[in-house]
Amino acid sequence: MTEKNEQILDKYDREKGSVISILQDVQEAYGYIPEDAVFWFSERLNIPASSFFGVTTFYAQFYLKPRGKNIITACCGTACHVKGSAGIINRVREELKIPAGETTSTDGKFTVETIACVGACSIAPVFIGNKKVFGKMTLEKASEMLKELDKG
Amino acid sequence: MSDATNVKDLLIRVCVGTGGLAAGSQEVIDEFGRQLGDRGIEAEIVKKCVNKTGCRGFCAKDVLVDIIIGGKSETYQLISTDKVGRIVEEHILKGEPVKEWLVGPEYHSFHDRQTKILLKQCGHIDPEDIQAYLAIGGYEGAKKALSGKPAAVIDEIKSSGLRGRGGAGFPTGLKWEICSKAEGHPKYIICNADEGDPGAFMDRSVIEGNPHSVIEGMIIAGYAIGASYGYVYIRAEYPLAIHRLKIAISDARSRGFLGKNISGSGFDFDIRIKEGAGAFICGEETALIASIEGKRGMPRAKPPFPAHKGLWGKPTVINNVETLANLPAIITNGGKWYASIGTEKSKGTKVFALTGRIKNTGLIEVPMGISLKEIIYDIGGGCEKNRKFKAVQTGGPSGGCIPASHIDMPVDYESLMGVGSMMGSGGMVVMDETTCMVDMSKFFLSFTQSESCGKCVPCRVGTKRMLEILTRITEGKGKEGDIELLLELGTNIKATSLCGLGMSAPNPVLSTVRFFREEYEAHIREGICPASVCKALRRYVVNVEMCKMCGKCFKACPSGAITWEKKKPASIDKGKCIKCGACYEACPFSAIT
Repeated sequence: MTEKNEQILDKYDREKGSVISILQDVQEAYGYIPEDAVFWFSERLNIPASSFFGVTTFYAQFYLKPRGKNIITACCGTACHVKGSAGIINRVREELKIPAGETTSTDGKFTVETIACVGACSIAPVFIGNKKVFGKMTLEKASEMLKELDKG
Repeated sequence: MSDATNVKDLLIRVCVGTGGLAAGSQEVIDEFGRQLGDRGIEAEIVKKCVNKTGCRGFCAKDVLVDIIIGGKSETYQLISTDKVGRIVEEHILKGEPVKEWLVGPEYHSFHDRQTKILLKQCGHIDPEDIQAYLAIGGYEGAKKALSGKPAAVIDEIKSSGLRGRGGAGFPTGLKWEICSKAEGHPKYIICNADEGDPGAFMDRSVIEGNPHSVIEGMIIAGYAIGASYGYVYIRAEYPLAIHRLKIAISDARSRGFLGKNISGSGFDFDIRIKEGAGAFICGEETALIASIEGKRGMPRAKPPFPAHKGLWGKPTVINNVETLANLPAIITNGGKWYASIGTEKSKGTKVFALTGRIKNTGLIEVPMGISLKEIIYDIGGGCEKNRKFKAVQTGGPSGGCIPASHIDMPVDYESLMGVGSMMGSGGMVVMDETTCMVDMSKFFLSFTQSESCGKCVPCRVGTKRMLEILTRITEGKGKEGDIELLLELGTNIKATSLCGLGMSAPNPVLSTVRFFREEYEAHIREGICPASVCKALRRYVVNVEMCKMCGKCFKACPSGAITWEKKKPASIDKGKCIKCGACYEACPFSAIT
């Protein structure tokens, strides 16, 4: 862990206002924000850990828990909503057997998240599976997407 | 027509905006590469030929492909890899365009009714090549601005009448003037590319399609106010835009448009990118500044305004992407030219993201003051499946719904405010008779409720209570007096919140109650959702007279609730029906209600 952290620390070279940028890089490196990493940076930069946790919990992009192998992001923007994204999200969650209130399937294979708007409204409803954009989504296409992602 | 000279003059343009990429434009580009290669055209030529262009707006017909042979251009729509072979064979080699795949009249009516300043080059130049931007007069505006005094630049923008395109419509020139006179050093210019409104994607498309226009705009603005640094605060959800912006910034730097002593003017200026971390509130100026400073993005009270005390406590101007991208053209052509477009108080053009239940979804640029009707019918082509247009939401979750009865109204800042909506950043979500207005306002409120930063009690608690009331109405548990309670809460939240989010969060509810009160009443009093959207209130039945017995609903039903035989109308078993709406969506004849 230390080596990865050192690299991130070097990149920002103690410049002011880099808490968010550091957390973005930590998440890129580990897939989530490990508690240990927060304390490590807190000590090095002499910034209270509470500032890091405050920022982490404020922004939707940060995760304090590990996420699934495949990440599905469902857009919940207005256009997607009008075109029925809610029903598709429910179906995807059912197919992956994700427990209510959770975002990650019990086998750790999939995480299904929602996002305010990806700004691709003209191809609504939009899903993003492992950074690939799937537009004009339907119930059938959602099942195909899951199969494609599962294969890797 | 198949000799080598013709092939050399061949240019293929493929739309690679986010919409185009999702529709498979990369695969189409690869396929053109393969096909031309197979036919003995050197790979080197192919690479040059296939020119990546940004979004051209008409996303409903992606993938769009231009084939230009010797300057003669033809545009194809809805192209997929399996169609590439025939285009290469018949059009490129034999010179006979494949007529049935060419764009239809709606492509032309979509474009002909627009006035393009900002989007003029989007989709026509390669956004990853500074040479392409320079070839169309790029950075000439910046050079012209830098050759005069900063005050002259401010005067030019003031005379153009340009108002902030981020939503509130504050006069840009005035904002600059205040900041230029403020004491403190260094000063900052921030480009607000935190396009958080669900249903809006203009800023993303402008950056993806023509990133240099934003950078040039920032140089002009930076020079006018005396800033030494610029930040682009952009959503991390826009990876392609960030990628292209990074290329553009480094190219501009290596050409001397950024850095020390720009174009020999003695003006030093450079730009950095800050990626947002996913918070709608960061579109608000003071919250955005807090976020750049690495803090929780919470707004603070104004004054002091950012023009006096902004980033790191220094004078700062925050302009929206669209505002900045307008600047090069205004400086080049003069403020008077810009002021000649639009209405008395709203000058120039505005880009809208036209989405929702409309035929021609995409990005449009129209002069201020155009009527809603022209946008929705002439450009948008009307509602999908020729359903009845019901309302349009402008201004995202901060705006309001404008009903069909107001379709002749002009689109400008004041008119929109007059009907309880706002310009916002330019999202336009079209709704038809299948949209439930109560569900819609619940959707917007659940968005603002979860995005409320929690600082002010009215916004944090008030929106939560409003959401609870709306939820119970959509579940069929609404009570008499709920509508009045919503109005009371909404009015109070607007009056007592600190920032724009809280002050505008109740707008969707207030405007839908104003124009569609009967829908709320139908939910509460009769237990009916007139648009059949609210699940608990839905009852699907087949209208036997309208049914053409096609069986599409039968095939679509996931729970086997529909019985149908050839030449007999379908019927729905209420016991088995899970109210998913699949049959309703599938019916081409609107026979299921």
